[in-house]
Amino acid sequence: MFETAIFYAFAAVLLAAGLAVITARNPVHGALALVLAFFTAAAIWLLLRAEFLAIALVVVYVGAVMVLFLFVVMMLDINLTELREGFLKYLPVGAMIGIVLLLEILLGLGVIGSNPTTLAGLGKAGPQVLAIDNTRAIGRVLYTQYFYLFQIAGVVLLVAMIGAIVLTLRSRPGVRRQRIGEQLYRPKEDAVTVVKVPTRGGV
Amino acid sequence: MTIGLGHYLFVAAVLFTLGILGIFLNRKNVIVILMCVELMLLAVNINLVAFSVFQGNIVGQIFAMLVLTVAAAEAAIGLAILVVYFRIRGTIEVEDINAMKG
Repeated sequence: MFETAIFYAFAAVLLAAGLAVITARNPVHGALALVLAFFTAAAIWLLLRAEFLAIALVVVYVGAVMVLFLFVVMMLDINLTELREGFLKYLPVGAMIGIVLLLEILLGLGVIGSNPTTLAGLGKAGPQVLAIDNTRAIGRVLYTQYFYLFQIAGVVLLVAMIGAIVLTLRSRPGVRRQRIGEQLYRPKEDAVTVVKVPTRGGV
Repeated sequence: MTIGLGHYLFVAAVLFTLGILGIFLNRKNVIVILMCVELMLLAVNINLVAFSVFQGNIVGQIFAMLVLTVAAAEAAIGLAILVVYFRIRGTIEVEDINAMKG
């Protein structure tokens, strides 16, 4: 009973946050709503007893990806009113397609309707509790059977990192910057000249 | 009344639809479109985790982890392209992105 109440509360917050993401006037507010959506999704995964992924979601998304989004949103000087044009123009078509798509997904999964052979009918037995805890179970499979998948995921992240650096790195011409090596290796002859000044003569 | 698989699938389906609706409504703002893609990936991940738990098969969570990784990489590359594009053109409106006449 308690679990049911928690699920409905978090599901409502999740969907409200999703709605806030797509209707936010300011992209910064949208990004913050997306952070809330990720947090509540993590809570729902905790309810499913998928603790490892819940924490990974918070760490990876809230900690890294959304901070990146916020940085980019705040760094780019964008004209908000221009970007909002067309919101109401596309609303009828978008809403219609959305409703049709939602009905299709729900019917296809068998969430609505009463056909027991659909995908949603697979969960009739209720949540399966594994004999070992979630993190241990993931580790046992991830580092043995799906080890290549794990490595490929690492390569994907590496390529993404190098790609992002290569894309955004730029060498601006005309910028004066300190070259410490050249400063240190400058010979004495270039830096100091000894001038013999005659007495009472001046330079 | 207990929470079944259908409840989780329903939430994920609505979230996915919200993501698609967001792409339709915010036709001009690439950043919001990227955030909507993240929303859709989150919905897919909820589905994967829910199926994994209700089937008693941990592999679904492994796949959800891979989706998480690819989504993070996609966000990084997408935002990098966006920053470079903004630096060159001074705008991020989708309608102005037509240099390749695609």
